[in-house]
Amino acid sequence: MQNHLLSALTFVPVLGMFAILFIPRDKSYVIKVVAAVTTGIQLWLAVQMYIAFDTTTSAMQFVEHYAWIPAFNIEYFMGIDGLSAPMVLLTALLSFICIFASWNIEKAVKGYFALFLLLDAGMMGVFVSIDFFLFYIFWEVVLLPMYFLIGIWGGPRREYASIKFFLYTLFGSVLILLAMLALYFYNDPHTFNMLTLMETTYDYNFQKWVFLALFIGFAIKVPIFPFHTWLPDAHVEAPTAVSVILAGVLLKMGIYGILRINFPVLPDATLWFAVPLGVLGVINIIYGALCALAQTDLKKLVAYSSISHMGFCLLGMAALTSAGMNGAVLQMFNHGTISAMLFLLVGVIYDRAHIRDVNGFGGLAVRMPIYGGMVALAFFAGLGLPGFSGFISEALTLIGGFGAEHSSSTFRWLTGLAVMGIVLNAAYFLWAYQKIFLGKLNEKWAGLSEINGRELFTIVPLAIITIILGFYPMPILGMMSETMNGIIEMVKSGAITALQ
Amino acid sequence: MITVGLYHFLVVSALLFSFGLYAVMTRRNAIGVLLGVELILNSANLNFVAFARYGIFSMDGQLFALFVIILAAAEAAIALAIVLNIFNNFRSINVDEADSLRY
Amino acid sequence: MNTIILYSLILLFLPLAAFAINILVGKRLPRKGDWVSLSAILISFSFALSMFAYMLFIRYDPDFSVEWRWLWIDLGDFVIELGILVDNLTIMMLLVVTLVSSLIHIYSISYMKDDPRYNRYFAYLSLFSFSMLIIVLSNNLFGLYIGWELVGISSYLLIGFWFEKDSASDAGKKAFITNRVGDFGFFIGVLLFFTAVGSFNYGDIIAGVDAGAMSDGLFTAAGIALFMGAVGKSAQVPLHIWLPDAMEGPTPVSALIHAATMVAAGVYMVGRIYPLFSPGALLFIAYVGAITAFVTATIAVVRKDIKRVLAYSTVSQLGFMILALGVGGYVSGLWHLTTHAFFKALLFLGAGSVIHAAHTNDMFRMGGFKKKMPVTFWTFLIATLAISGVPGFSGFFSKDAILASALEFSFAHPGHIMLFILPLIAAGLTAFYMFRALFLTFYGEPQDKEIYSHIHESPGSMTIPMVILATITILITFDQWRGFEYLPLVGEYAGWFQHLIHEPAAIFTGAAAMAESVVGHGASEETAHTIAMWLSIFVAGVGILLAYLFYLKKSLSAEKVSKSLSSIYTLLRNKYYFDEFYGATVIRGVLGLSKASAKFDDTVIDGAVNGTATITIWLSKASRWFDDHIVDGAVNGTATVTTFFGTRLRRLQTGTVENYVSFLVVGILVFFIFQAIF
Repeated sequence: MQNHLLSALTFVPVLGMFAILFIPRDKSYVIKVVAAVTTGIQLWLAVQMYIAFDTTTSAMQFVEHYAWIPAFNIEYFMGIDGLSAPMVLLTALLSFICIFASWNIEKAVKGYFALFLLLDAGMMGVFVSIDFFLFYIFWEVVLLPMYFLIGIWGGPRREYASIKFFLYTLFGSVLILLAMLALYFYNDPHTFNMLTLMETTYDYNFQKWVFLALFIGFAIKVPIFPFHTWLPDAHVEAPTAVSVILAGVLLKMGIYGILRINFPVLPDATLWFAVPLGVLGVINIIYGALCALAQTDLKKLVAYSSISHMGFCLLGMAALTSAGMNGAVLQMFNHGTISAMLFLLVGVIYDRAHIRDVNGFGGLAVRMPIYGGMVALAFFAGLGLPGFSGFISEALTLIGGFGAEHSSSTFRWLTGLAVMGIVLNAAYFLWAYQKIFLGKLNEKWAGLSEINGRELFTIVPLAIITIILGFYPMPILGMMSETMNGIIEMVKSGAITALQ
Repeated sequence: MITVGLYHFLVVSALLFSFGLYAVMTRRNAIGVLLGVELILNSANLNFVAFARYGIFSMDGQLFALFVIILAAAEAAIALAIVLNIFNNFRSINVDEADSLRY
Repeated sequence: MNTIILYSLILLFLPLAAFAINILVGKRLPRKGDWVSLSAILISFSFALSMFAYMLFIRYDPDFSVEWRWLWIDLGDFVIELGILVDNLTIMMLLVVTLVSSLIHIYSISYMKDDPRYNRYFAYLSLFSFSMLIIVLSNNLFGLYIGWELVGISSYLLIGFWFEKDSASDAGKKAFITNRVGDFGFFIGVLLFFTAVGSFNYGDIIAGVDAGAMSDGLFTAAGIALFMGAVGKSAQVPLHIWLPDAMEGPTPVSALIHAATMVAAGVYMVGRIYPLFSPGALLFIAYVGAITAFVTATIAVVRKDIKRVLAYSTVSQLGFMILALGVGGYVSGLWHLTTHAFFKALLFLGAGSVIHAAHTNDMFRMGGFKKKMPVTFWTFLIATLAISGVPGFSGFFSKDAILASALEFSFAHPGHIMLFILPLIAAGLTAFYMFRALFLTFYGEPQDKEIYSHIHESPGSMTIPMVILATITILITFDQWRGFEYLPLVGEYAGWFQHLIHEPAAIFTGAAAMAESVVGHGASEETAHTIAMWLSIFVAGVGILLAYLFYLKKSLSAEKVSKSLSSIYTLLRNKYYFDEFYGATVIRGVLGLSKASAKFDDTVIDGAVNGTATITIWLSKASRWFDDHIVDGAVNGTATVTTFFGTRLRRLQTGTVENYVSFLVVGILVFFIFQAIF
C-alpha cells in the first residue's frame, strides 16, 4: 500500500514555512499561530502513524518509492521501521512543544519561525529517508536553519558557537558524503538505496574505512568524545527552544545514522569496531559526568549530562544484544524527552533571572515550589531514578552491555565502569539542585515569579510521557523490538570475515 | 620577325602590376587607390590568360580571368560604397585623413 | 488471581495513589491532605494484618509461599518479569512496615503541625511506604533494585525536608550519594547473576546457580557485590556515615526510615536471597556486621545529641542483624530485625517527643524530664530495657539468639572468635549508652531551667503511637516467657516466629564444608545458647551499672575518664575520622578529577578544535598572501608585459594606408628574398 503519510509529515512544515513567508512581518501573533498549527498537524499525523504502525514486523512501513533522478539511480524512497518510528514521534512532539517554548521570541519573529519549520522538515526527512542520497540532502538541510537559529537568536557568543557548530558538522558531512559515494560506486549497478546496500557483501578493508568515515561523521553529531566540544558552546548560546531541538532530536540523528547505516551495511566492520565503540561509550558516560560535575553554568551542566547519557546508547549498541540495542534506542527517545524538559526548565529560570550560574541562586524552592518540584522531577529523571523512563533505558543498556557475547570480558569491565557513571550522575544533579533550590532563599531573587501556564504546558506533557514510560515502557519498546533484533541478526549473520 | 611569346605577356603584366602597386602606394585619393587595385587585378588577369595560352593549364586560366573580372566588379562596387561613406564622414576622400583607427 | 496477591497489590499501590493525590492537589484538600496518606496506609495495614492473621491462625505453615509473575518487558530474546512473592517472611515484614508506618503517620499529624509544606511531607511518607513495600514484595532482583532506589529518593526528600537548613540538604545529598555507591555494587551483583542465569527472579536464580551456572569464585564475588547494596542501605561500615547525618530530618522520619524500615531493607534483602551468598560471602558479611556493631557502639558512647546516640545505636543493631545472617543465625537476625523495628521506632518517637517539647537535641541541657513527661518516660524506659537486653524484654531474646549463633560459629571455627567477642562488647556498650541517654534526659536535676520550665507532655496523637509501640515491644516476645507453652489455646503458638520463618536451603557449590559445619546442631547449640545468655545478661548488667555510677550517682566522673583516655576520646568524638577520610580521598579525588576533566575539555580538546581553527585562519592568511602576490602577480605580470609591448608596437598603427601597403610590399619582398636565398 502506498500512502503519503511520510511525505506529509516531512513537507507539512515546508508548507507552513511558505505560509509564514507570505504573512506581513508585523503580524507576529499570526505567524506563531500558523507555526503552532503546522506542527500540530504534523504531531497529529505522527500519532496517526503510531496508531497504524505494525509492531510485528521489522520491514519498512508506509513506504513511498518513486524514481527521482533515474540517470544516477537516485530514488525518492521513504519508509519507517521500528528504529525510525520512535524518532519520528519524538521529532513531531518536540517540534510542537518548541513552538510554544519560543512564544516569547521578539526578534525577527517571521524569520525565526520560518527557519524553525524548515529545521523541522529536515529532521523529519532524515528519519524517514531510505535512499541514502535523500537522507544526505535532509541531513544537510538541518544544518542551515540551525546555524541561523543559533547565530541570530542566540546569546552573547552566538557567532562563535554557530560557526563552530556549522563547521564541525559540515566536516562530518563531508566524510559521510565520501563514504556514501564509496558505497554507491562499490555496488553495481550503482545505487543509493539503503536496503540494497545492506545486501551487498563488501571487502573487509573497504568496510573498515567506510565505517570509520561514516562513524566520524555521525559521531560529531552525537557527539562522541573527542568530537563533542561544539555541544556545550552551542547549547549555552542557543535560545531555549533550539537547545531543546538540539539535545532532543539532533543528537539522536547521529546514533540513528550509525544504527541505520553502519550496522546493517557494514557488519564485519561493526564487529571489528564494537570494542572501541563500547570504550568510547564509557568514556562519554564517565567523562561527561565528570565535566558536568565541574560546571557552574546550569545549561552547560545539562549539556555535559547529555554527553554522558548518550554514552549509554553507545555502550548498549556496541554490545549487540537485544537488551542493549533496544535500550539504546529507548534511551534515545527518553533522553529526547528528559533533556528537553531540562532545557525548557533552564530556560524558565534564565528568562526570569537572566543568569544561569548555579552559585548565583539559593533557596528558590521556597519562592517557586511548583517550579522547584518540576526541576526535581526532571533531575530525578535525569539521574536515572526508577519510575522515570531514563532508568529503564539505562538499565537495559547496562544489562545488554554486561551480557555482550563478543569480547564479553572486556564488555563486563566496561559496563562496570559505566555503572559508576550513575553515581556521578546523582552527584552533579543533586549538587546543582541543592545550590539552586535548597538552603536559605537568596534575597536577590525574592521577586521571581512562579512558572506560568504556558511554560507548564510545554513541560507537563513531557513529564507525563517520562513517567508513563517509566512505569510501562512497552508502548515504545514494543515498536522497536522487532527491528532492533533484526539489525542484530543482520550484523551477526552478515559478518563473515570478522567472525573467522 | 618577332614572334609574340609568353615572355612578352609577362613583361607587360609585370609593368602593369608595378604601375598598379605604385598607384596604390602613392595615391592619396581613394579613387586613385582603387584604380591602382584594378591595374593589379588586370595584370593578374593577363598572366592567367597568357599561361592559359602557352602553359599546360588549358582553359582554367580563362575561367579564372573571367572570375577575377566579376570579382573586380563586385569589389569596385563595395569599395566605392566605402569611399562614399568615408566622404560622408570626413568630407574628403583622402585616405590619409581617415585615420580614426590610428593609435 | 490469588487473593493474597490481590491484597498485596492493593496494599502496595494505595500509598502510591496517596502520594500522587497529595503531591498534586494536597494543598487544596481539607486538612492539607494528611487524611489521604493516613487512610491509605491504614487500609494497607489492615490488609497486612489480615494476611498476618491468615498466616498465623489459618495456615501456620512454614513453607507457605505464593508467587505472581508479570511480563513487564518483552523484547523477544530478552524479557524482564516483575512480580510478587508472598511468604511468611514477606508477611512479617509487611506487618512491621505498615504498622510502624501507620503509627508514624499518626504521630506526624501533631509533630509536623503548622509546617508550611505539610502536604508534601505526607506525600513523601506515602512515597516512602510505597517504595518500601516494593522491596518487601518483589520476587526479583530488578524489582528489588527499583524499590531500593525509590526508598533512597524518598529518604533524600525526607532528610532534606527542612531544606532551608544547609545541614539538612547536605545530609540528604550525602545519604543519596553514599547509598548510590552501595547500589553500584548491588547493580553489578544483579548484572552478574542475570548474565549467568538469564532471569532476575529469585527462584530462577537460585535454581540456576544450583544447576552450576556460575563458578564458585564468581558466585562469591556476585554475593559480595549484592551485599554492597545492603552495606549502603543498612549503613554498615564503611558506608555508615550517612545515617547519623540523616538525623537532620524530622524525627518521625528518623523513626520510620532510619530506624525501623528502610535501613532494615539491607538485612531483609540478605535474608530474602540468603541462598545466593556463598560461605565465603557470608563470612565477609559476618565480619562487616561484627565490626559495624562494635565500632558504632563505641561512637555512640560519646555523643551528646540524643538523636545521634539513637542513630549510632541503630547502625550498631543493624550490625548485629547482619552478623547474625553472616554466621548462619538466619532466624535470629530476622527476629532481631522485627523486634528492633518496634523498640527503635519507639525510642525515636520518645526522643522526638522530648525534642518537640525541649526544642533541643542536646542531652546535657535536659535532665529531670521524668516528672513532666511521664508517658514519654515510661515508654522510653521500656524501649531502653528492650534494647539493652534486660531479660524478659523483646530485645533480650533476639539479641541473645544472635550472640548464641555467633558463639556457635566460633565453636566451629575458633579462628573467628572475634565474631563473638566484638558483638558481646557492643552489647555491653549498648546497655551503657542507652541508660546514659535515659539518665541524662529523664533523671537527675534539670540542667537548663529555662527549657525545663516550658516542657510539657506531648499531645495524644503523639503519645498513643508510643504507647502502642511500647505494648508491642513487650508483647511481641510474650511467647518466649517461661511457661507460655503450657497456657491453653495460645500455648501452641510458643516460638511461632521460629516456626514460621526458617532458613532456606543453601546452595552448596564446592567450598561448602564451612557452611556445613555452621549448620551443625546438637550439644554445641545448647551450650552456646546457655553461655551466650549468661554472658549477655552479665555485660548488660555491667553496662547499666556503669551508666548508673557515671550519670546518676556520679560516683564516677565521666570527665576524668575522658581526660585520662583523651586520645581514644578524641578518636571517638571524631567518629574515627571516617568523614574526614572520605573528604580527603574520595570526595577530593572525584572533585579533582572532575575539575581536571573540565580543564582538559576546555584546554586540550576544545583547544585542539580552536587550534584547528587558528591554524586554518593562519593558512588562509598565508594563501591569501600567496594569492595576492604570486598567483595574482602572475596574472598581472602577463598584463604588464602585454602592455609594455603593446604601447611600443602600436606606433606601427599609423592610420596611413600607404604605410600599410608599403609594409605589405616590403614583407612580401623579404619573403621572396628569404625564399630565394634558402
